[in-house]
Formats: sequence, C-alpha cells, structure tokens
Amino acid sequence: MKGHRSAFPFLFPSLLFVLVFSLYPIFESFRLSFYRLILTLPWLGQKFVGLENYGDLLTDPVALNSLMTTMIFVAVTAVSEVMLGLGMALILNESFRGRGLLRAIVLIPWAIPTVVSSQMWRFIFNDRYGLFNFLLFGEKTSLYLAPLADPQLALMAIMTADIWKTSSFAALIILAGLQIIPDELYEAASIDGATAWQKFRHITLPLVKPALLLALLFRTIDAFRVFDLVFVMTQGGPADTTNVLQFYGYKKSFAEGMIGYGSAISVGVFLFSLMLSLVYIRLIGARILERRETA
Amino acid sequence: MLQEISFEVADGEFCVLLGPSGCGKSTLLRLVAGLEEAASGSILIGGGRVDHLPPRERDVAFVFQNYALYPHMSVFENLAFSLRLRGLPREEIGSRVSEAARLLEIENLLSRKPQELSGGQRQRVAVGRAIVRRPKIFLFDEPLSNLDASLRAAMRVELARLHDKLGATILYVTHDQAEAMTLADKIVVLKQGEIQQIGSPSAIYHEPVNTFVATFVGSPKMNLIEGRVDDKGTILHSGGLSVDLSKVLSGRRSEYAGKSMTVGVRPEDLHPGGPGGAWVAGEVEIVEDLGSDRFVHLRCGNLELIARMPAGVPLKRGQTLNLAAEGNRLQLFYQGRRITGK
Amino acid sequence: MKRLFFSLGVILIGTFSLLPFLWFVLTSWKDPTEITAIPPQIIPSFHWGFYRSALDKYGLLGYIRNSAVVAGAATLISIAIGSLAAYALSRFHFSWSRLYLMLLLCVSMFPQIAIAGPVWRILNHLGWLNTYHGIVAAYISLSLPLAIWILTTFFKELPYEIEEAALVDGCTPLQALWKVVFPLAAPGIFTASILVFIHAWNEFFFALLILTYPGLQTLPVGIALFPGEYTMPWGEIAAASTIATLPLIFLTLVFQRRIVRGLSAGAVKG
Repeated sequence: MKGHRSAFPFLFPSLLFVLVFSLYPIFESFRLSFYRLILTLPWLGQKFVGLENYGDLLTDPVALNSLMTTMIFVAVTAVSEVMLGLGMALILNESFRGRGLLRAIVLIPWAIPTVVSSQMWRFIFNDRYGLFNFLLFGEKTSLYLAPLADPQLALMAIMTADIWKTSSFAALIILAGLQIIPDELYEAASIDGATAWQKFRHITLPLVKPALLLALLFRTIDAFRVFDLVFVMTQGGPADTTNVLQFYGYKKSFAEGMIGYGSAISVGVFLFSLMLSLVYIRLIGARILERRETA
Repeated sequence: MLQEISFEVADGEFCVLLGPSGCGKSTLLRLVAGLEEAASGSILIGGGRVDHLPPRERDVAFVFQNYALYPHMSVFENLAFSLRLRGLPREEIGSRVSEAARLLEIENLLSRKPQELSGGQRQRVAVGRAIVRRPKIFLFDEPLSNLDASLRAAMRVELARLHDKLGATILYVTHDQAEAMTLADKIVVLKQGEIQQIGSPSAIYHEPVNTFVATFVGSPKMNLIEGRVDDKGTILHSGGLSVDLSKVLSGRRSEYAGKSMTVGVRPEDLHPGGPGGAWVAGEVEIVEDLGSDRFVHLRCGNLELIARMPAGVPLKRGQTLNLAAEGNRLQLFYQGRRITGK
Repeated sequence: MKRLFFSLGVILIGTFSLLPFLWFVLTSWKDPTEITAIPPQIIPSFHWGFYRSALDKYGLLGYIRNSAVVAGAATLISIAIGSLAAYALSRFHFSWSRLYLMLLLCVSMFPQIAIAGPVWRILNHLGWLNTYHGIVAAYISLSLPLAIWILTTFFKELPYEIEEAALVDGCTPLQALWKVVFPLAAPGIFTASILVFIHAWNEFFFALLILTYPGLQTLPVGIALFPGEYTMPWGEIAAASTIATLPLIFLTLVFQRRIVRGLSAGAVKG
C-alpha cells in the first residue's frame, strides 16, 4: 500500500518502551545471574561468580520442590480450566433467554482483581467461619479443616481459587472458536444421520481444537507466572507446599535481597517458560498461526 | 509491474482500460488519481502536469470497486463531504447534492446510512459522490463487478446515459469485455503491464492486433486453429482440418509457405456449409440454446470449435455437421500478430 | 431431557461464577457478630460499619485515588502510543510488522520475576521509585503488547479504500485520519481502553515492588497487605474489595459485548 511513507515514527514510541522495560531487563537479569550480589549487604559489592548461582540452583532442594509445585499447579489448572471453559462455551454458544446475562455473570470472576479473589477465597477457606467448611460439615465445627494451613490441602485450595477465576477467560477464547463453525456443517451432519454426540465428536471437537489449544497455551503460560494467589493466600507455605517459582524468586530477590541468586531463578523461570511456549508453538502453534493468516 | 505506457483520453471521451486481473489496469487508474506513484513518466490533466500533486489537488473523482462509502455518515453527508472540505456555501452544496440524487434516483435515501442500502444503491451513492465534484475526469475502478448479473446490465445502461448527459471525461477500468464494448468510445487493452491495442470497440473487435486481443474480446471466444501452411502457401493443415487460405494470403503465399500459423474465425462467421464449400466436419458435442442464439460445440479431430447456428438447423448430440467460413472473415496470425484483415 | 441438562448447566455455571463473590460482598454488609456466626447468615443486616471503618481507619480512599490515577494514566498513554503502532502495523505491509507483533507476543509472556529486578533497579537509578510516573512507565510497557495486538486487529478491519476515498475527496492525510479513520476506529479504541484499564487496575506484582509508601499504594497492594495483627479484619477487607471491584463490574456488565469481542478478536482472529 503506502510504500513511500516510513512506518518508523509510528512504531518508535512503543518500541522504546519495549526496549527499555522488557528487552533490556531480560538481558540484565541474565547478566546479574552471574554475580553474587546481596542488596542488604552493599559493601560486599558485586562479585562475578560465573555459573555458581546456577550450580546452587540445581542442587537447591527448595528450588527443585518449587519447580515441581509449579508444574503440578500448571498441569492441573490449565487442563481443568480448558475443560470447564469448553463446557461453559458450549452452553454460551446456544441461544437462550438470558444468554447475555449469563455471559456477563461468567465475566465477573475475570474482572475481579486477583488479590480480591485471593482474599475472598482465603475467607471461604477460613477454618472457623469459612463457607467451605460450612458446606462440608454444616454446624459440626469440631470437624472443620484449615486448608490453607494444611500441607496436604493448601495447593488444592490455591488451584481451586485459580480455576474459579480464570475458567471464564478460557471459555471466551473457546466460545470464539465455536462461533466460527458454520451451522451448515451441523445441518449436513443431521441429514447424514448423526446424533448429537456424534456431531460433537466429529464436527465440534476437531474444529474447535485450535481454540482449545490456544486457550491451553495462554493458560499454561499464565499459570506458570502465578504469584498474587500465593502471596495473599499462603505466602508460599505451609512448609513450602505452595512455594511456586515466581514466589520463590520474589522471596530470594526482594525479601532476602539475594539479587544474584534471585536472578538465576528468574532466568530459570524465563527459560523454562520460553521452552514451554516454544514446544507448544512447534507442536501446535504453527497450525494456529496458519489459521490466523487465512482467516 | 507496468511497462512503458502512453495513451491519451480526449475531452468528453469514455475510455476503458480492459484486461485480465493483474494486467495493471487498476494500478494505472490509481496513478492518475495520485493514489500510487510512478517510478518515471508524467501525467497531464487538462494540459497541466499532475504527477507530483497529491490526490486532492488533481481535481479527479474516483469510484471504488467496493464503493468505499463512509459508514459513519449518512448518504447526504457522503455526497457532501468533498464539497464541505472545499468550503462551498451550504445552498450550493444542497443544490449539487439534490441534483446528483435526482439523476441517480436516490433522493429518498439521503438520510440513510450505507449499511442500510443494497449493493446497487451503494453503487449509485458512490457514483453520486463523484458527480457532485464536477471533476475534470471521472475514474471508475471496476464499479459493476460486485453487482449481480441483471443489476450489472441495468447499471451499464445507466452509466452510458450519464455519460451522455454529463458529457464527462471518463477513464474506466474493467475486466468484463461486454462492459467495455458497450460503454467505451475508446478501449485500451492491457496485458501484464503492456498496452496491446488502443482503438474503438469496433476496431478492437474486427481488427484485433494479436491473438490475445482477438480471444479476449467477444463471447464466445474466437476460434483459433493452429496449423502449418503447405509448401504452396495455399492450405493450412491442422489435425484433420484443411483451411483454404488462397484468397486470404493471395500475393504473400511464398512468404508463408511451410510456416506455422494460426487461423482465427469467430463463431458467428462459421456457417453450415454444403459438402462443396465445407472445410471442417465435426461431431456435435454440446448445444447451448440461449433462446435468442444457439451455440454448438464441435469436435473435429483434436480441435474444439464453437459456431453460432441460425434457427432451423437441426442439431443433435453426436451428429456430424459441416461448417465453412468466408475467406474474408478469416483472421490470420503469424507469431501471434495479425497479418491480414478480414 | 436435553433441555433439563441444559438448564442445569446454566444454573450451575451461573452459581459457580457468582456465588463466591456474592458471598464476599454480602459479608461486607454484616455487623461484626454476624461475620463469625455459625451457621453463616446469608442475608446481612446491611450494616455500613465496615465501609466506614475501611474508609477512615484503613485509608481506602487513598488507595482508590492512587489506582485511578495510575491505571488511568497508563491506559491513556498506552492507547495513544499503541494506536500509532497499530495503525502503522495494519497499513504498512512489511515483514517487520509480523516480526514486531511476534516480539510483542513474546514479551508479554515474560514471567514478571524475570524482569522485575532490573526494572526496579532502573527506576531506582532514575529516582522514580515510589512515584506516579515510575509505576506508570512500568505499566505502559506491560500494557503495550495487549493494546497493540487488539488495536491492530481492529484497525485491520478498516478498509484502506475509505482513507483513499477521503484523500481523493480532498483531505490531507491528517484530515483523513481525523475525519474518517478515527470515528470508525473509535469503538475498537474504546474496547482496547477498557481491557487495558482493567489490566492495569488489577496489577499487583510491580505495584508491590515499586510502591512501598502506603500513601502511594494502589488498591491491590492495599487489599493484599491489609494489616491484621491478631485477627484478620474480614469485614473491612470485604468492604474494600467490594469498592475495589465495583467499577470493574460496572464496566464489565455495561460493555460485556465489546469486551468479549475484543478478547476473542485478539486471540482467535489474530
């Protein structure tokens, strides 16, 4: 189209922000991970320690546990949210009275700030007057549990909170994918003699797969970054059972001031998340991007 | 990519740029409008050079293929937009808009928005937007291609009427040869960025300068028979066919003896011939009966020919038919270029 | 039979989405004794004590003001800068546009922890910690990928021919942008603004790190750090949360069509 006007001035401001606040910091994190630097002890200066931080990281049981916890969190929440999202999307795809209202209601968990949602769930899981205990045990207060203080239950409580909050986001993406499927395909299938289940299996599922995978991709990447929930609900405990990677990195870098080691954790988290997304994009994303181009 | 192009449009002339997609006709039009820049050359409107001027200073009006109406403005505002930009007084704007609306019969649509209009109505508004400008030249970019067949035919007539009424200078782009033939005073045929021929519709049709122009204009297409002239320069042989070229080649027989050539003959010039004058006998494959015309598709050896048949000649699938053409209705093409006329 | 399952599904989804939050909101209107009551009382007595307490004792108004300023400024600037970029990306067909969009996508996937430290150090170096402009600068870079992706999708839907028609009709390029492009892009810009605003309002991680003076902290930080020495002031937390969420709920309910369109346009249509 316009060959003779330069696009550069249009892109410059945003490029500047991205360079300064996103690209430069990543490289800086990389650089800092090779140093021993403790914020609270500035007189020790910056000591170049090469890969020592990474060596420590690989043998640090807390770090490895943190990785494990995060992986469990990611796997369970991402899959649950996509499945729940699919269910919600299927229902929202039908036309019925009050559909607009339901869609608005479904958006509410998405719109709520994560910290509010976290406090809310903390309240629900309260060991003395929380809704969770009441629904489970009624008035038998002696049986009440304290999920957030229980190493066995804390992670599940957090996962529940996350699933509640973000299933609707997955639902929206999947809904968009469902709406693209032309009605005529279902009509043709009816004529061919398909039952509702067969239509779902042979038309809906295959054609909504790109949307499902996209939702899965987004949720996986976001679940990897979970922080707000952990900070408000459990602070990583009890006994490090909810000590996810970003929280551990935060504790080391900011609470304890060990910037060098914290940076190594940051780089680790970054590389891991990058690897995950690359694996995704390799396996599935190529198809998603193709579809985008032709759409 | 446009090659070296040079042509003129006279005052009040309806000039059509005709060619298949990708031939550069739209690019040419946009160059005149100032929506694209040429690497070299000059464009003159009314005697003055405009190629370094932006579109708004060229005094041209452009009707887009997809109409490009402003969706957020009413029909009236769409028509008045350019006039408002020039600061014309309100009464002047009002009168010009109603004049154009009356001409195009869209007076009752003035308060509507483009989304509420049908395709044909939108097209009229797009034309109206150009008319109110009273520009030096009207530029039309395939304005009828998005309309359905019957509407297209009706609008063609409307455009011809408008041209008569306004006496406007028009540069019109289309790939539809029927549009070009019926509307144009002059046709410029383009192929892959090069001008093939410039001429009146009649000249283009009856004296096509090469096989491309010959087959592009006219529906059904002109029949092309490729073959080799015998050593005496009289008969062209092709497949099972023998065409007598003696009258057509006359004095140039020796020139083309033994050479490869193409004979072109239009469907309407093929007549059912008797055994004596027939030079092709073929088997009837398909008969297209359009009511007013009948076109028969024949297979002769490995050739397919189309001929227009008058009413009264019995036609049946599988039947053998003899055809002939007058010598002076044949067109000869050597290496793609026409070497002789009718 | 199918209808029964369907209605059941609708009710389940509605309840699932609404109940927890409704419960929390109702809690904010209870009086202190009702909060700890077993069995929990569903209908509160509409006691406004917690709200008063949250506003007076816990400085809720300050948090709201900070959030409004920060989220508002970040949204305005991100959308302005983002629109420029999106316009160019939708009109100029160069291979760099795809590259730039992919770069933005990658950047948006960075875990916050990976850039938090250096961002903190940059702001510290500039003396921008605990300032409005410091956090707004950080928020702008966080919002730009989202803004640009959504805006580009919307701008792509505007046929370029309309701008060309305006140029031929007599507009200068700037006039064409103002009279034709902007009015048509306005709904898309508006949708993108809502999404960016919600995103900025809810942001916690960087707010926690950059704003450590209580007087400057935003709502999410305030709510997360609600002081409670021996017992958690649940009533006040519920009240503060309700107030924090109300503008967002309002935006969501009123503009839900646009929001859904914006989110899915950015995601599925690319």
